[in-house]
Amino acid sequence: MPKNPNVKKVMVIGSGPIVIGQAAEFDYAGTQACRSLKEEGIEVVLVNSNPATIMTDKDIADRVYIEPLTVKVLEQLIEKEKPDSILPTLGGQAGLNLGMELEESGFLAAHNVTLLGTTAATIKKAEDRQEFKDTMEKIGEPCAASKVVENIEDGVEFVKQIGYPVVLRPAYTLGGSGGGIAHNQIELEEILANGLRLSRVGQVLVERCIAGWKEIEYEVMRDSAGNCITVCNMENIDPVGVHTGDSIVVAPSQTLGDKEYQMLRSSALNIISELEITGGCNVQFALHPTSFEYCVIEVNPRVSRSSALASKATGYPIAKVAAKIALGYTLDEIKNSITGKTYASFEPTLDYCVVKLPRLPFDKFITAKRTLTTQMKATGEVMSICTNFEGALMKAIRSLEQHVDCLLSYDFSELSAEELKERLKIVDDQRIYVIAEALRKGVDYETIHEITMIDVWFIDKLAILVEMEDALKKGPLTTELLKEAKRIEFPDNVISRLTGIPESEIKQMRYDNGIVAAFKMVDTCAAEFEASTPYYYSCFGSENEAVETGGRKKVLVLGSGPIRIGQGIEFDYCSVHATWAFSKAGYETIIINNNPETVSTDFDIADKLYFEPLTPEDVENIVRLEKPDGAVVQFGGQTAIKLTESLMKMGVPILGTKAEDVDAAEDRELFDRILEQTQIPRAAGGTVYTAQEAKAVANRLGYPVLVRPSYVLGGQGMQIAINDQEIEEFMEIINRIAQDHPILVDKYLQGKEIEVDAVCDGTDILIPGIMEHIERTGVHSGDSISVYPAHTIDRKVKEKIAEYTRRLAKALHVKGLINIQFIAIGEDVYVIEVNPRSSRTVPYISKVTGIPIVDLATEVILGKTIRELGYEPGLQKEADYVAIKMPVFSFEKIRGAEISLGPEMKSTGECLGIAKTFQEALYKAFLGAGVDLPKFKQMIITVKDADKGEAIEIGRRFEKLGYTIYATRSTAAALRDAGVKARKVNKIQQESPTVMDLILGHKIDLVIDTPTQGRDKSRDGFLIRRTAIETGVNCLTSLDTARALVTSLENAQSGDLTLIDIAGL
Amino acid sequence: MKAFLILEDGTVFEGTHIGADKEIISEIVFNTSMAGYLEVLTDPSYAGQAVCMTYPLIGNYGVCSEDMESRRPWPDGFIVRELSRIPSNFRCDKTIQQFLTENGVPGIAGIDTRALTKILREKGTMNGMITTNAEYVLDEVLPKLKAYTTGKVVEKVTCAQKYEVKGSESLADNGPISGSAVYTGEKEQKPTLVRALNGKGKKVALLDLGTKYNIADSLSKRGIDVTVYPAHTSAQEILDDKPDGIMLSIGPGDPKECTEIIREIKKLYDSDVPIFAICLGHQLMALATGADTYKMKYGHRGGNHPVKDLKTGRVYISSQNHGYVVDMDQLDPSVAVPAFVNVNDGTCEGLSYTGKNIFTVQYHPEACPGPQDSGYLFDRFIEMMEVGKNA
Repeated sequence: MPKNPNVKKVMVIGSGPIVIGQAAEFDYAGTQACRSLKEEGIEVVLVNSNPATIMTDKDIADRVYIEPLTVKVLEQLIEKEKPDSILPTLGGQAGLNLGMELEESGFLAAHNVTLLGTTAATIKKAEDRQEFKDTMEKIGEPCAASKVVENIEDGVEFVKQIGYPVVLRPAYTLGGSGGGIAHNQIELEEILANGLRLSRVGQVLVERCIAGWKEIEYEVMRDSAGNCITVCNMENIDPVGVHTGDSIVVAPSQTLGDKEYQMLRSSALNIISELEITGGCNVQFALHPTSFEYCVIEVNPRVSRSSALASKATGYPIAKVAAKIALGYTLDEIKNSITGKTYASFEPTLDYCVVKLPRLPFDKFITAKRTLTTQMKATGEVMSICTNFEGALMKAIRSLEQHVDCLLSYDFSELSAEELKERLKIVDDQRIYVIAEALRKGVDYETIHEITMIDVWFIDKLAILVEMEDALKKGPLTTELLKEAKRIEFPDNVISRLTGIPESEIKQMRYDNGIVAAFKMVDTCAAEFEASTPYYYSCFGSENEAVETGGRKKVLVLGSGPIRIGQGIEFDYCSVHATWAFSKAGYETIIINNNPETVSTDFDIADKLYFEPLTPEDVENIVRLEKPDGAVVQFGGQTAIKLTESLMKMGVPILGTKAEDVDAAEDRELFDRILEQTQIPRAAGGTVYTAQEAKAVANRLGYPVLVRPSYVLGGQGMQIAINDQEIEEFMEIINRIAQDHPILVDKYLQGKEIEVDAVCDGTDILIPGIMEHIERTGVHSGDSISVYPAHTIDRKVKEKIAEYTRRLAKALHVKGLINIQFIAIGEDVYVIEVNPRSSRTVPYISKVTGIPIVDLATEVILGKTIRELGYEPGLQKEADYVAIKMPVFSFEKIRGAEISLGPEMKSTGECLGIAKTFQEALYKAFLGAGVDLPKFKQMIITVKDADKGEAIEIGRRFEKLGYTIYATRSTAAALRDAGVKARKVNKIQQESPTVMDLILGHKIDLVIDTPTQGRDKSRDGFLIRRTAIETGVNCLTSLDTARALVTSLENAQSGDLTLIDIAGL
Repeated sequence: MKAFLILEDGTVFEGTHIGADKEIISEIVFNTSMAGYLEVLTDPSYAGQAVCMTYPLIGNYGVCSEDMESRRPWPDGFIVRELSRIPSNFRCDKTIQQFLTENGVPGIAGIDTRALTKILREKGTMNGMITTNAEYVLDEVLPKLKAYTTGKVVEKVTCAQKYEVKGSESLADNGPISGSAVYTGEKEQKPTLVRALNGKGKKVALLDLGTKYNIADSLSKRGIDVTVYPAHTSAQEILDDKPDGIMLSIGPGDPKECTEIIREIKKLYDSDVPIFAICLGHQLMALATGADTYKMKYGHRGGNHPVKDLKTGRVYISSQNHGYVVDMDQLDPSVAVPAFVNVNDGTCEGLSYTGKNIFTVQYHPEACPGPQDSGYLFDRFIEMMEVGKNA
């Protein structure tokens, strides 16, 4: 069927801020879909509150609205833009839910807007637990015994019939939010209560527990004519019980015979046909390990994280095809862009093995429980490709950038075989390392399988890796052994560690014997057809297919690896823009990255894509083949920066700011010299290695002090210490991982935090704008509300900041981007830190100022000057509207994580509020972050003594808004003394009703809880904050944030918001 | 032990020996299915060929003997990148290594199967030798390779005597759904899932040119009584048994070698008994009625090719295994018209015979290995027999 001629203007709904369960994959999907729509001449209106995305670029969509994703905003936008259709299936669950609400309310029909792709009835059939179950029953597809309940009593009653354990899944939530497995009534009631609250429709599915079954997924496509195909299937190594987003996943399935494979494939096609899905869809199955019994777990009637993974694993562009299907095309009319010879109705077949590992945030939340459940916790993921499973796993492990490179990276050698068997019962992110140790200790496959339910085929593969460790340890390192070690992707440094032979000698031995990486193409068809897609992976012992191309100058763009807290999608934005800019300048571009969720790993972004780990050895393999004329590291976050030295050793020139200048910004002594020379003040401080030295420096400076490792991103490990004891604690935590660089101890200064991104051409600088943080220093910049233009500092201070920026950029010989954070105290400006590279705020400031700074930085790197690019150097004129960036957290997903803000970054994403006035922008920013108040007009305040003065003013303002304020004893007293009506409520350990009961009563809008200085030791505060977060109550730990919120509420308009098309700016 | 794969063009791959200890010369082909290696090995269509699996990890679930599609493996040799060290499946009764050795099939592992596939893709299917003799002399080997032909292989693979497969007594044994959604092609009508039709009481004659078990099983599951005949059974003998329908099975080799069978098939064509033919059967029917076949550069072998049913416009993912194809340009529309085409290369995937209750397909609705999407063709055959009966 050809394109539907009635579709001319489509509104695409994005997925909003990055949270756990909804990450960069939707930027990838949305971007691909928008490009695909534009290709068809469709006018695209894009709405997404997330400014760090590529999809919100003006060259991706015709009209771009970075607005809060609420029904009200979308309705207003539809009235304004009058699209004829909306496409809700590419914006994750958030986008889908919004589309459904608009449809259900009749708004779309009233405005003659069509839902493209899958219909609302279908979405309902797939998403509504009962309807789904009924549908499956109708076509004879089995589901686990289950019942949808809307209250706890019904749940308990049902489980009495089917028995424990049971799985609980709330309807319409992200990443299994609020779900879990209950083994008894206490757990059931707890999880159920939480799940009912989190579900948009107050429904939770109580289901027979099929934990331990194989979890298999199929990615399916269907068009409006009913043609359907499976793009690929995937097998979770972790059996049912661990969310697929947290599982180790392999594609294609490894332990299914054709009978099982086709049985589930047919089932998936039957399901998608019965549901009449048009577009992409993900079907999850549980397969009994010793029979053909299976259950359909769930269906996602939309593009999902798994579909991004399937796209990258096979080369099949699911989002692009889904967009074309939405326009009316059928699968046999859409060309496969990889081969150009086959059609989208062709099923990809792989001739390699793909492994995905989750990137879990336990390095950030050290107090959090590491156990993996049906609630997703991963912030991102890595994927790797190899011709064997062992190699793919090894490559994925070292792609994680979590100080792991082999199965010995977590040391369990102290545990006995018996202890290991106990330890294996714990399902967490270290399980494969525990299995490896159990194998070393001689525990047999069957025992490990019985405890973990992981298929013995995978256990045997882990055993092969363990045997190789042994063989290498024993030696001697023969050519044959080395060949085999490389075949299963042991990196040289691990071989070196195990054999005791220096890495350089191993490398030489490899070269001498021709043991070098070869590159193979991902072509969707196992080489059956010729493909021209420049999408490669490496393996050893094979013929090389990647050809070194000549002619144009060649640049290597290093990607930023997995999405993690502190290094998010922003860096992918920068990498992609840099790639495009280099391409425009006539360069051949090569991207290396390992993150399947991103736009940068789409095969048509760069001239060549190498899907590889970002380690020196892996990068060198590519460099040896491609011999690039230069590499650019300043756009790929810390991941890329860390490779600078290695690249230079390989003889690859670093384009832009030189490595020694990057060092100068990080190295305390060198940087102090630069500051002296440029006469810029900073907080006094020193560098240390031990706790002893740290205490000495801290006492010299006087507490509080800031303690942090150098060369890290997102303030990892950064803490404010108020006494010697805390110094000891923090130093111990930092030094758990061997530090290559010294630790910094600085005097903590309290003031306004200011942030600047600038482009420097070596002489002149261009500052698009100055951003000011709402929270005072001490809260990580990534977790602070950031306001552009800076609104509380005067012109003189701004000029000083611009001047300091210029001096620093020049002194560091910056060519390209630089990011600087300052503290302003009155008229004084101190520098906090300088990063001669792209930063988190680059996409945000680019979008709100309309100055494409990544493109400019790229041009500058290539030798152009700022003037030549048509810009007047210096601080640019301020925009006549306000843009406020609001951090968004995923605390509810990470059980046990401390939520209070501090110098270590904790947010997973961000959204933007953009408006003519500060107040409206602030209101929009909060709204975009999901803070939609007031609801019950009841709040709790409990603050530390030092904050009581400020709390009074905030309390008074909330009171004026009609809020009932509850407060713990001393806070209540302080508020009352100042004339603010506050109801006293008991602390947790006092008699009921306590503050906890209040929160659990579901009638509280907001909790303001400021923790005592430093790391909060009181279980009370921690518990209050956790409970608030887990029951969906907004919880603020900084009075600055609270003040901003009350300001926004005071100015909350009852009428319409002003919607701004940033593409038109 | 080292093993070598020597190709007709002089390329030599060095790997590890697997399976039986013998040297073979055969036609080298590749199959792109990611699962179903046992079904591939026991598919008689591979007689006279050595098959290379493009998926690199083979043997993961061992051998589940009940999944065999004929009495033994047929390929002369088996070529893989990596054989799993252990098998893992609840039904597995032996390893693939054991299976190959027991059945006298030699093979080679540890070679770059993708590189081999690319050679075959670019230069076309060619002959090769698998040997463990490191002292081979290329100049002596290559002429032997060039001289090799698969010859008449149908004789090798067909059954010795006729036998019966009884129709399933209770259709409750069936899955409730035939395995695919059927779309009628009419715009307003929604695609619906159909139940497999009940063919109870019908008798089908299956001419075994190298059949897979699942052809008879697909009929038997629908309640049909199947009689399987050796390839050289005369048309008269089959017609004398008064079948309600005739199926011509799949099979190996160059269809043009089967001259006598073609003659008999012409008689079946003339008989007016409804006929459904698959793969080799489809090619022989075409040759019997004046059409032509030719050898493809490297054939279609895998489980992912899209086939369009021209009757409904719907596209199905198919299981494929053929090196020859019917030439669509040589069709006489008064005899047969294209009914199915390959979406990728436009080659003939099936014919409908004008004025006859005959339709034939090039691909494999019996699946095993591969997608079960085209199982509905067996239902179409049942419908055709109903029409034939009423007529």
